[in-house]
Amino acid sequence: MDLTILIISLAKIAVVLTVLFTCVAYVVWLERKVAGRIQNRWGPHRTGPFGLLQPAADFLKALFKEDFTPAQVQRPIYFLAPFLAMTLALMSIAVIPFGENVTIAGRTIFFEITDLNIGLLYIFAVTSLGVYGIALAGWSSGSKYSLMGGLRSSAQMISYELGLGFAVVGVLILSGTLSLRGIVNAQSGFWFGIIPKWYIWPQFVGFLVYLTAAFAETNRTPFDLPEAEGELVGGFHTEYSSLKFAMFFTAEYTNMITVACLATLLFFGGWMAPLPWAWVQHVPALVLLGMAALMTRTALRTYRLERRKSYFAVPGLAGIVGLIGLAFLHPVFAAVAAPMFWFASKVFVFLFLYIWVRWSVPRFRYDQLMHLGWKVLLPVAAANILITGLVVAL
Amino acid sequence: MLDQFFFYIFASVILLGGLLTITRRSAVHSAIFLIATLLGIAGLFLHLQAEFLAGVQVILYVGGIMVLFLFVIMLVNLDQAARQRQFNRQWWLALLAAAAVCGEALYGLYRGRGAFTFPGAVPGNMPPNTQAVGNALYQNYMLPFEVASIMLLVAMVGAVVMAKKRL
Repeated sequence: MDLTILIISLAKIAVVLTVLFTCVAYVVWLERKVAGRIQNRWGPHRTGPFGLLQPAADFLKALFKEDFTPAQVQRPIYFLAPFLAMTLALMSIAVIPFGENVTIAGRTIFFEITDLNIGLLYIFAVTSLGVYGIALAGWSSGSKYSLMGGLRSSAQMISYELGLGFAVVGVLILSGTLSLRGIVNAQSGFWFGIIPKWYIWPQFVGFLVYLTAAFAETNRTPFDLPEAEGELVGGFHTEYSSLKFAMFFTAEYTNMITVACLATLLFFGGWMAPLPWAWVQHVPALVLLGMAALMTRTALRTYRLERRKSYFAVPGLAGIVGLIGLAFLHPVFAAVAAPMFWFASKVFVFLFLYIWVRWSVPRFRYDQLMHLGWKVLLPVAAANILITGLVVAL
Repeated sequence: MLDQFFFYIFASVILLGGLLTITRRSAVHSAIFLIATLLGIAGLFLHLQAEFLAGVQVILYVGGIMVLFLFVIMLVNLDQAARQRQFNRQWWLALLAAAAVCGEALYGLYRGRGAFTFPGAVPGNMPPNTQAVGNALYQNYMLPFEVASIMLLVAMVGAVVMAKKRL
């Protein structure tokens, strides 16, 4: 019995990590694509269909680059920092639930690695440790640009962690649990038979504060001062190259996915479908089949225009997406995968929002950053807690 | 068996971390080993099934206070401090005083050894204790809790007043 649980846990960890790394790779791809479109250019489009093999090429490039260690670095800590950043980023995914539990052949399958009853606290603990990767990298590099990046990062993380923590207290008051699965289950149902009972409605202010603080916690523009390339070369990762740089990069995108998952779980009902009607269960199949149809159209047009006979990658991709869409028509598969589809869609919306903001909003100045964190977000979040507490108590 | 194994691991992390914290020359290295010690203490809390305390320990001490420490250490130029003598030349006096305190503690432990009985292990998992902590703090010990928070506030305001020359 113990052994089966161990094997299932290990298998789940392997699956989750594989999916996570794939997601990270394709969020990078998405970032470059969206950035391209926003700047009126194509983004990656040479490697594979739609440039989809670009992440693999990028990884190989990072792998084969020279791993240069500058002479002035503080040895053990300089090597420790990227590992710290990446490990801590990966650890927080362990308590994120992706879908409803299902029972197959008498065994309940939990759609997360583990469900802690302090799940949210665990995530905050792990993300609060994440700053060490950056701060220590900045200090140990022995360069003034890196040090400035590390200093900014530690000040910024402390300031916005408070806002982040305060922002979710309203959700905790409403749901009465720290378990992420419990919080999602508390959001089931609909008001007036149509508006989903997600915490975004009663906690809209909390959500805004969370969103802003989450941008700062993940060092994303407009709060990417630790690596502001215009003033600090590369900030905390100036002296890192090759795979060590790739690790910081992975950590940043993993953190992005984590905060997007958390926003979905806390404020948008996790894997709950957004509408109460029965036909909503066919939406995943429709969306995927529509995507397959669009890809087929692109492939046909490319073939007509360019007469490239060996062009089979896009139709192949369309076939895979279409097959998954067809699988959703089967009721058993739909029951298992539909919650995951909704969860993934909501997370995707948040990731897109992150990218969108990054390429639209310029960077804050350091004093503006501190002003926003301490004098705006924190009081607003505190007032939100007070009002939520009053309303719940009355 | 497994319990004891984890206890000894956490205990040795705490002791080793504490020892290295006071003996390292570089202040940043000291801070890193202090972080290891605090994480070890969080592990002990977890081992005692006090998961809320463990989480708060990591968030507050490791993720908050120690980051501030590190921030200050990075700001201050420590080259001078690193070149200074780290220990006083009062070995014999220090050793005597330490031995006296140690002997006193050991004697006290020896006298009261009958009182050390381990409570029977709780079968299975304990109920989640976040709620229990909340009830204790906000209902049973409301007044002391609030008094402590006001004291902290006063200390904070005092520090700001003293540090700022012009308000």
